[in-house]
Amino acid sequence: MSRKKTVSVENFRARVEELSGENVFACYQCGMCAAGCPLTEEMDRLPSQVIRDLQLNDITLLDSNAMWVCASCLACEVRCPKGVDLAKLMEALRQLHLRKELDHVSIDEMSQQEIAKLPQIALVASFRKKTG
Amino acid sequence: MSEEKMMQIFIMGKAYDVPVGVTIMDAMEYAGYRFVRGAGCRSGFCGACATVYRKEGEYRLEFALACQEMVEEGMHLTQLPFTPAPRSSYVLSELDADENVLLQHYPAIARCVSCNTCTKACPQDIEVMDYVQAALRGDLKKVSELSFDCIQCGLCSMRCPADIKHSHLAQMARRLYAVTQSPEPDHLKTRMSELAEGIHEVQLDALMKMNLDELKKQYAARVIEAEGEES
Amino acid sequence: MNTIPYFPGCSLKDTATGFESSAQFVMETLGLRLQELERWNCCGTVTSLTTDDLMHHLASVRNLVRVQDLHESELVALCSMCYNTLARTAQRINADPVERDKINQFMDRESSYEGTVEVRHLLQVLRDRIGWETLAQATPITLEGLKVACYYGCTLLRPKEAAIDNTEKPTIMSEAMAAAGATSVPFPFAGECCGTYQVVDRRDLSIERSFRVIQSALRAGANVIATACPLCQHNLQEAQKELGHVQGLADIEIVYFTELLAAAMGMDPQRLPEGLNVLIQQTAEAQTGWGGS
Repeated sequence: MSRKKTVSVENFRARVEELSGENVFACYQCGMCAAGCPLTEEMDRLPSQVIRDLQLNDITLLDSNAMWVCASCLACEVRCPKGVDLAKLMEALRQLHLRKELDHVSIDEMSQQEIAKLPQIALVASFRKKTG
Repeated sequence: MSEEKMMQIFIMGKAYDVPVGVTIMDAMEYAGYRFVRGAGCRSGFCGACATVYRKEGEYRLEFALACQEMVEEGMHLTQLPFTPAPRSSYVLSELDADENVLLQHYPAIARCVSCNTCTKACPQDIEVMDYVQAALRGDLKKVSELSFDCIQCGLCSMRCPADIKHSHLAQMARRLYAVTQSPEPDHLKTRMSELAEGIHEVQLDALMKMNLDELKKQYAARVIEAEGEES
Repeated sequence: MNTIPYFPGCSLKDTATGFESSAQFVMETLGLRLQELERWNCCGTVTSLTTDDLMHHLASVRNLVRVQDLHESELVALCSMCYNTLARTAQRINADPVERDKINQFMDRESSYEGTVEVRHLLQVLRDRIGWETLAQATPITLEGLKVACYYGCTLLRPKEAAIDNTEKPTIMSEAMAAAGATSVPFPFAGECCGTYQVVDRRDLSIERSFRVIQSALRAGANVIATACPLCQHNLQEAQKELGHVQGLADIEIVYFTELLAAAMGMDPQRLPEGLNVLIQQTAEAQTGWGGS
């Protein structure tokens, strides 16, 4: 559903490349990014699959949770033998949602008790990555 | 009436000729608009008459209080009668000022990108962005001091890309600072004890007993504190 | 005393005050005072990674402008997230006159940013400007016997352009610890992610990551973890609280690296974490017991 709002199918890969500044075809699927990613267990698509899906212009990628589980730790970025910055691709995917006001974290639904337990450094970072 | 110098302005897209040297509010009333909402003290204190305008040939929107800003030739005007900005409810005595209490009540402050648009929108010349930043790090004193002149017109919140409720959070910070950190001022203590002793009871009683005509007479004869005079 | 412009960041004024006070003590002792910027705003905490999103770099650039206004060209940060965000923005905006011009036009009330400020982490200042020799000489109290796991996390090491040391095999914090007489124990999770801001809406995830980091340090034989990040510290401590029943997990101290250095330099123990004082005392007693009997 959110697909229609965020980006058209024809434009999907091009838009992600534009936002990220990365060339997804530089990737030769060695899997190094997935091997080093600390959060793959939580992702419904592996980091390397995210790039593969982009190569194939598979817009269902927007429904994946990978971009929201990614913590921008950049373990993939420093290890990619082809210099593809996957963190930037993940950010571009998040931005496609966030720029249409499709927030992933709902500030209104957070209770004061929840916020009281969190340091502002976590809140600022989370809101920057997950609200638009 | 002597001949007045006139100039042309635009109100909500329509041209009007209004006298030179009047405020935006006066000009709009001259043009026939009646302020049912969006006007209050007419003295720059209440913050009810937040207004947006653009000057001829300028690219940026300007913000002001309609009762304070003078009209200029070619001004394009509109009124913002109200800024919808939800206010968090709290019981002051139950709050713990040591925790990230402002964040709990106004979490959107964590979304500030330091764009400074709030500061630019402020008709009171407050460093709004700086107090939001101070709020983020829990510095109640700094928020209170920086926001002291706020009249809660809401223009900052209207412009904020992060949807922060500036004036409400600043008010909360000032209240908290007053009850938890700042020393209680002497004049306030004196006044409170005077009130407790009932020094105004006599005057109030006298007023309550007056009929309408007597009240009108009193009102007309009232002494208004002159500007700059020590009270 | 010489000074260096210093950016504290929100956490150091709130949840991580011990990080700031210990660092100030260390730097005063070494004769280079941290001069807090008079006016500063949140660094942004995370770097915006898209090509067109300059808005989210504004916060960092404003702080760089404050440094420029002091006629200085160097800014030091303690919090590793602040360091990373400020450093990455400085690198991007310093190198790109077109983007710099756009930002300057937007921030029309600020002085124009010329692109001359560089951002350093305190560890870099200690290594490059003070030197480990000098540091060692300033630590009368030895931390001998203390087994420190130097936890770098993400933001001191990645990306490469912002790394304060080798991204895969950093030694800078261990060198600082060695100068204070402590033993640094290598552990495989030194550069792994703690789960970072996921703690806000995926706490399970940050607890799990942080748990693995602590366990890795424990298995390497550490009795204290040194960090440079208030968010890492928060997440590790949350994991300790949540999984305190796991053998040994709650026993390990998690402190800022500056607190260890300050302890070695004789900072008033009352201003240091209680657990750290106990640990240092126990370690010292064990050391004398070993050597003296």
